[in-house]
Amino acid sequence: MTWFGKTPSPADLAAGDEKAEALLRRTWSTPAGVLAALSTVDHKIIGRRYIATAFVFLMLGGVLALAMRLQLAFPEARFISADRYNQIFTVHGSNMMFLFAVPVMEAMAVYLVPLMVGTRNIAFPRLNAFSYWIFLAGGLLLWTSLALDTAPDVGWFAYVPLAGPQYGPGKRADIWAQMITFTEVSALAVAVEIVVTVFKLRAPGMSLDRIPIFVWSMLVTAFLVIMAMPAIMLASSSLILDRLVGTQFFNPSEGGDALLWQHLFWFFGHPEVYIIFLPAVGMVSAMISTFTQRPTFGYLPLVLAMIATGVLAFGLWVHHMFVAGLPRVGSSFFTASSMAIAIPAGTQIFCWLATLWDGRPIFKTPMLFIIGFLITFVIGGLTGVMVASVPFDTQVHDTYFVVAHFHYVLIGGSVFPLIGAIYYWFPKMTGRMMSERLGRWAFGLIFTGFHLTFFPMHMLGLQGMPRRVYTYPPELPWAGLNLFVSLSAVILAAGFLVFFIDVLRSVRHGPPAGPNPWNASTLEWAMPSPPPPYNFRHIPVVESLEPLWTSGEALPVATGLRLDRRELVVSSVTAGEPEARESSPADSIWPFLAAIATSIMLIASIFSPWAVVWGAIPVAITLTGWFWPKQTPEDES
Amino acid sequence: MKIAPACVLLLSGCAGAQSALDADGPSALAIENLIFLFLAVCGVAFVLVMGVMTWALVRGRNEPAGRPQTERSMGRVVAGAVVATFLVITFLTAASFYATPSLDRGKADPPTILVRGQQWWWQFSYLDADPAKTFQTANELHIPVGTDVRLRLEASDVIHSFWVPNLTGKQDLVPGRENVLTLNAAKPGVYRGQCAEFCGLQHSHMALLVIAEEPADYARWLDVQRGLATAPTDGEAAAGKLVFMSKPCAACHTIRGTEAVGTTGPDLTHIGSRSTIGAGLLDNTRGSISAWIADPQTLKPGNNMPLVPVTSEELRQLSAYMKGLQ
Repeated sequence: MTWFGKTPSPADLAAGDEKAEALLRRTWSTPAGVLAALSTVDHKIIGRRYIATAFVFLMLGGVLALAMRLQLAFPEARFISADRYNQIFTVHGSNMMFLFAVPVMEAMAVYLVPLMVGTRNIAFPRLNAFSYWIFLAGGLLLWTSLALDTAPDVGWFAYVPLAGPQYGPGKRADIWAQMITFTEVSALAVAVEIVVTVFKLRAPGMSLDRIPIFVWSMLVTAFLVIMAMPAIMLASSSLILDRLVGTQFFNPSEGGDALLWQHLFWFFGHPEVYIIFLPAVGMVSAMISTFTQRPTFGYLPLVLAMIATGVLAFGLWVHHMFVAGLPRVGSSFFTASSMAIAIPAGTQIFCWLATLWDGRPIFKTPMLFIIGFLITFVIGGLTGVMVASVPFDTQVHDTYFVVAHFHYVLIGGSVFPLIGAIYYWFPKMTGRMMSERLGRWAFGLIFTGFHLTFFPMHMLGLQGMPRRVYTYPPELPWAGLNLFVSLSAVILAAGFLVFFIDVLRSVRHGPPAGPNPWNASTLEWAMPSPPPPYNFRHIPVVESLEPLWTSGEALPVATGLRLDRRELVVSSVTAGEPEARESSPADSIWPFLAAIATSIMLIASIFSPWAVVWGAIPVAITLTGWFWPKQTPEDES
Repeated sequence: MKIAPACVLLLSGCAGAQSALDADGPSALAIENLIFLFLAVCGVAFVLVMGVMTWALVRGRNEPAGRPQTERSMGRVVAGAVVATFLVITFLTAASFYATPSLDRGKADPPTILVRGQQWWWQFSYLDADPAKTFQTANELHIPVGTDVRLRLEASDVIHSFWVPNLTGKQDLVPGRENVLTLNAAKPGVYRGQCAEFCGLQHSHMALLVIAEEPADYARWLDVQRGLATAPTDGEAAAGKLVFMSKPCAACHTIRGTEAVGTTGPDLTHIGSRSTIGAGLLDNTRGSISAWIADPQTLKPGNNMPLVPVTSEELRQLSAYMKGLQ
């Protein structure tokens, strides 16, 4: 295997280099034009697209949140009708979970993981393109339904029988269930790509103990997606069958069970929280290391804590059902397992604190968001311990206390790190820096606005305000806090506005970043910003956990991949030893066409079960086009 | 006759106290103590973690390069913190288990009331071995003070959740299942509660009142409720009864002692004695009864009461009749 020399031959690096680079660029680049843009399989282009789309959904979901706060600012307000309000909170929740939080984390992985493990493209790049188009279609379906006043109104949890055929007439719950199907397909596809990319496409020498923590976090997340999604697939498919075909999975009067839905939904829905949170653990670890200029303390405990979180995530779904009337003994088990998750979470926090303790913090914008994350997430984690207790939960379940708790966990635990991560990786993605001054404003407004908005909700919940109410009577003592919360939400929204303005401005006008503006240690910073289409001119050879700090500019490289074909290094799962060369697919329009065919089939199925039968034909045609065997130069040789 | 004004009086005295931190029953009190324990322990934990974080940030800023800390010493501190977390969590779990039995009080055989959640009102059936003594009422639950009252919780359409935070934690009403909940009020009063599980369009307007009375008052109330509807005495109310029976009203509502035996809507036998109508929507006055009948869909959009066309004369008569059903 001569093509894996540890040092490039002099001929490689000298005269032929520029010519070789031009050849690589021609092999890997996406040409200009609309058709090419629809056909691209470059993980960086798709990743950026994915992230941008998810942030558009974040903005839209935020507008809905403001609409809800407007309605709740005053008792018995009549700004929004009950029907509209129920649609709005359903779309807000579904949108934030399924169209923003999960996709944006996976999209960050689509962009970053191949760069961090030192390869030229993600595994299954055409599936990656397909998953983006499917995700977009699901999002358009949900938002179109809201614009047409037929959006789902059964909550993001869609409990039966309310979401069933008898009490949820019309097409609203069908739209919800099929939107879930879209996001399931796209999330699962990305999860499979990430697992294979991390296991098989790592750079030579990147053994398991040299995988960046962010990559570990995405690996655990991908496994969570793969194991949690079947439950919600069963649930949403059964719901669609109940609604469209007349099965009775959830109808108690025909032998079905209303609680079956809740078990299936939360067996997915609880791991979902960690699917959103674990990537943030990876982001925080990466950023804390860079902004203290120290390796993150406790690599092994952090990785084990993430795996432990992933395992425990599947053992505590019942804590969403403590008041559903399940036997107390079972509930006690779920109390203990829910509380136990505080141990890996605590381990992560303590490791980060140790890193801060030993490092010299550099207070750039991403670091501010990490501090905001630590403060907020600790509060959210502690209220999580509270709701894990059965007696405590019987009082706060389905009240604003829970609304406060999970916004602390989700915004504090995921969105704060994510915004920090955008500031952190923006220079890599665009080649330009974001504004430090606007970043401080954004952080100050978001952090202040967040706590003023959500902290009082704990009190509202303990004072007896249930969630999912579109109005409340003036004689209850909730009006003052609600008005305060609504005004604070405006501060929070202003913070996000500053952030969005900063992003849009910096894409064109930010100062050029250079390859490694933060002096970070991982492989994605080893190349120009933004990265060339082929990522690495030579595949790097990894000799430590912080290759850029130990090897500096002179990263050892492996050579031998062909320049005129898309080739990747395939390595062994544990040691990261190179095993083979593998060709990576070329651009293709078929994934886009297959996504359109699939979307039409899924949307039409809302109106007739026959759409599945007839719609399968165009899906089969496009998939055939996609997978039709093509002669590659490799086969010839 | 005297109950309604008394309720209104009590209600105004208790208004705004639908709160888990204003416990008036042994179960709610046990939970309240647990809440304060958790808040205290978690508050201390938060302050400690934030203290260490602030110290680390300030320290790192001032510290010159070349640090005395070693991986090993930090590892010991982190391990210690993890062990401390484990101990605190174990303690809180134990405290939680200790408080759990307070939710399931009342192993004896207390008076049993069947609670049925409906979109969007509450039906209470006071069960009795003697069927003649069994009766139904709506949205207002009377219980004797200082006694465990067993509630059997059922739902006929979607999932609801019975929650009166001053008395105890909530419990869902799930179609196809029967859950139980024990209420115990330590002192007389009117306690507000409302549905806590999203149950559709008017989930926000599904409130209830629990009226806890001294046993003697409760017994008097039971006697009144078991009785049939009083026949209207004045002409306007008598005319109202005729309107009620001739319009579709009787198809959905029951008024015991008359030919009205509908079961879709609330039992109206003693509606005049309740303090609110529409599941806590409006105070029970002749004016609000008229407004409700005249236009139920604007007051509570989507509820199951249809608009029955009546003249303003009939409206006056109906409200007189309703209010007279004490």
